[in-house]
Amino acid sequence: MNPAPAHLELTTAPHVHAPISTPRVMYEVVAALLPVIAAAAYFFGVTAILMVATGAAVAALTEWAFSDRQGLGTLRDGSALLTGALLALTLPPALPLWMVALGAAVAIALGKLVLGGLGHNLFNPALVGRAFLQAAFPTTMTTWSAPGQGFWHIESATVAPPMLHAAVDVVSAASPLGLVKFEQKTTELLPLVTGNVAGSLGETSAVVLVVVGVVLGLRKVFDWRLPVATLATVVVFSGVLWLFGLSPSPAFMLSSGGLLFGAVFMCTDPVTTPVTAKGAWYFGLGVGVLVVLIRNFGGLPEGVMYSILLMNAATPLLNRVSQPRRLGG
Amino acid sequence: MSRLLPLSARATFAHGVHPAEHKEATHASVIERMRFADTYVLALSQHIGAASKPVVRVGQRVERGQLIAEPVGFVSTALHAPVAGTVAAIEPRPLPAGKSGLCIVVRRDPFDSQRFTDQITSRYPPGDADDLIQRVQHAGIVGFGGAAFPSHVKLSVPEGKRVRDVFLNGCECEPYLTCDHRVMVERPQAVLRGAELVRQQVHAERVYIGVEANKPDAIAALRAHIPALSPIEVVELTVKYPQGAEKMLIDAVVHRRVPAGKLPIEVEAAVQNVATAAAIADLVDLGVPLVERVVTVTGPGIARPANVLVPIGTPLRELLDHCGGLLPTARQVVLGGPMMGLAQKDLDVPVTKGLSGVLALTEPATWLQEQPCIRCGRCLDACPMFLNPQRLALMVRHERTEDLEALHLRDCFECASCSFVCPSNLPLVQLMRVGKGLLRRQQEAA
Repeated sequence: MNPAPAHLELTTAPHVHAPISTPRVMYEVVAALLPVIAAAAYFFGVTAILMVATGAAVAALTEWAFSDRQGLGTLRDGSALLTGALLALTLPPALPLWMVALGAAVAIALGKLVLGGLGHNLFNPALVGRAFLQAAFPTTMTTWSAPGQGFWHIESATVAPPMLHAAVDVVSAASPLGLVKFEQKTTELLPLVTGNVAGSLGETSAVVLVVVGVVLGLRKVFDWRLPVATLATVVVFSGVLWLFGLSPSPAFMLSSGGLLFGAVFMCTDPVTTPVTAKGAWYFGLGVGVLVVLIRNFGGLPEGVMYSILLMNAATPLLNRVSQPRRLGG
Repeated sequence: MSRLLPLSARATFAHGVHPAEHKEATHASVIERMRFADTYVLALSQHIGAASKPVVRVGQRVERGQLIAEPVGFVSTALHAPVAGTVAAIEPRPLPAGKSGLCIVVRRDPFDSQRFTDQITSRYPPGDADDLIQRVQHAGIVGFGGAAFPSHVKLSVPEGKRVRDVFLNGCECEPYLTCDHRVMVERPQAVLRGAELVRQQVHAERVYIGVEANKPDAIAALRAHIPALSPIEVVELTVKYPQGAEKMLIDAVVHRRVPAGKLPIEVEAAVQNVATAAAIADLVDLGVPLVERVVTVTGPGIARPANVLVPIGTPLRELLDHCGGLLPTARQVVLGGPMMGLAQKDLDVPVTKGLSGVLALTEPATWLQEQPCIRCGRCLDACPMFLNPQRLALMVRHERTEDLEALHLRDCFECASCSFVCPSNLPLVQLMRVGKGLLRRQQEAA
């Protein structure tokens, strides 16, 4: 007769767990950003890599500085790294690196940690950082440098020291949405799809974003309803307006600006979007409607950031009105 | 009838999860008998309902299958000696789940052949299905699925109600377990005979036997023995947990949803486990009461995984020894499946009628570190009762009992799908139990 091992443990069911964890979700999204970063580097050169590295590093440092600093602390969950990288990819190329750093510090400290850390913030932290930069440096944040100036080309503005009023001497180009808004010029679809247009680092290549989004959705890293609802709403709503000559075509709306990037990486942040399935549809509907309204009837050429932040604010309400109906009830 | 459409070849219920199945170690292992133990411990309360009342004295000689405790009231059942021998004691003994309770201890007669005597089987005249309800109760048959609810209760149709369809649960959706699978493969005729007996008893039109698609041999074995024009149909279901739960099974097979807080009878349905049906067939055709059941002993921490026909009351240690004993790497013994089973430390407790499996695990999942909730909503998509575990957990932590009622905590049957999928390892199902405790305490105070 075998003696029983003396160390049998008593824990409660379930005794098995799905092969999933919050850090793993975060790192899967970080991994999904790699092709996006590669595309950014292809069009905007080494600057893109410098900016993403700065954003991620400062975000991580901020997280660590505000944690209990025992070992890696909450850095291990990977969310700070993700926020920093996401923020950098929403910024115009050739934004001074110190601004990137400032934005990342604000994103983590004010966007997340003061509210209680991971899971407790109302607004998407990366977009809080971006909104801060937009308010603080409105000109620099809307100066787009042209893509394709060579991989090793670094603008002097990129490495400008903090607070000096760096002359914005980049070879600037208007973004496709700016062209539509202020000069009534549309952009060809092909460069929009490949990404060879002026814009924020990560947002320009539609094809990369669609592929990455589909992969993340199929791997169930995020709730597919959120991006699908957002994009479908934009297509339908702008399509109707387009028929009356009130909006650029749905294809242009989809592939320009930050819509795809926002739909794939910002609308899918679990913390700041509804938990319920119905709420996810409402959220996407709201973002889509707001994006079309701001782009076509607002003062700004682009409205993805504000649309998402506004719907973040509505999320507790959406959760409240979209509670699931119990089985057989 | 979506399962008739070519695009959705199989039926299932909404929500739920799909854990790794881990059934390969025993799904092809033929059910084996084990050597008789020296003593058997029979708990008077190993079913849902009132405890049975002993009808034997200490020191009395009992035959194998002899009645040793009788039911008290309707929701109660009988207990029989698993071996011939003498009643050694009637005293409290440790039982699974850290409980202890009054047990009848039977010491085996080493010189007895351990065959059922004619006297035993004649008490249950073979081939006669009259008054099945009373006979099932006095044969001590309970649901084999885990809850051990007395089967005769589910055989009786309340006044003013009717049963249109009988559902036999052959899902065995818990990972690791293969005992029902082997019963279907090795004893399809007994399962089908039991199905027919149940159908006649409740005057149902049809019997659906729901079997998950990972048991093709069981499906084939059953179908091979169903005659033409039989009211019995085997329905192949998509592999998903917790499909074996009554409401999920009915939804999966006929897409009828039992109203919240109500029983299957509300949708003219009655549910029994496949192995329970086989036990009913054995009672009617062979005249034997319930004295043994098939238990799957498996997991990475056991030397020789097997499906074993175990006499009720066998000490757990003897069953583990039959399977080569625990390996040194074993760190947890679980009674039941890994999703809903209970960890067990004391190996001297007896096998009970509701025990479907014994798992020897080497690295339990519940040791994973808890992270903050990221409100991803995976628990909502997993919950088969369409509750909001994320919000319920929050309300339990804040002890807001009125919110627990409003969020229908009472509908939770603790399948643990929410805990299983939570990427932050929140102890969701534990919090549901804590919340039910809060509601109970509030009710008692009022």
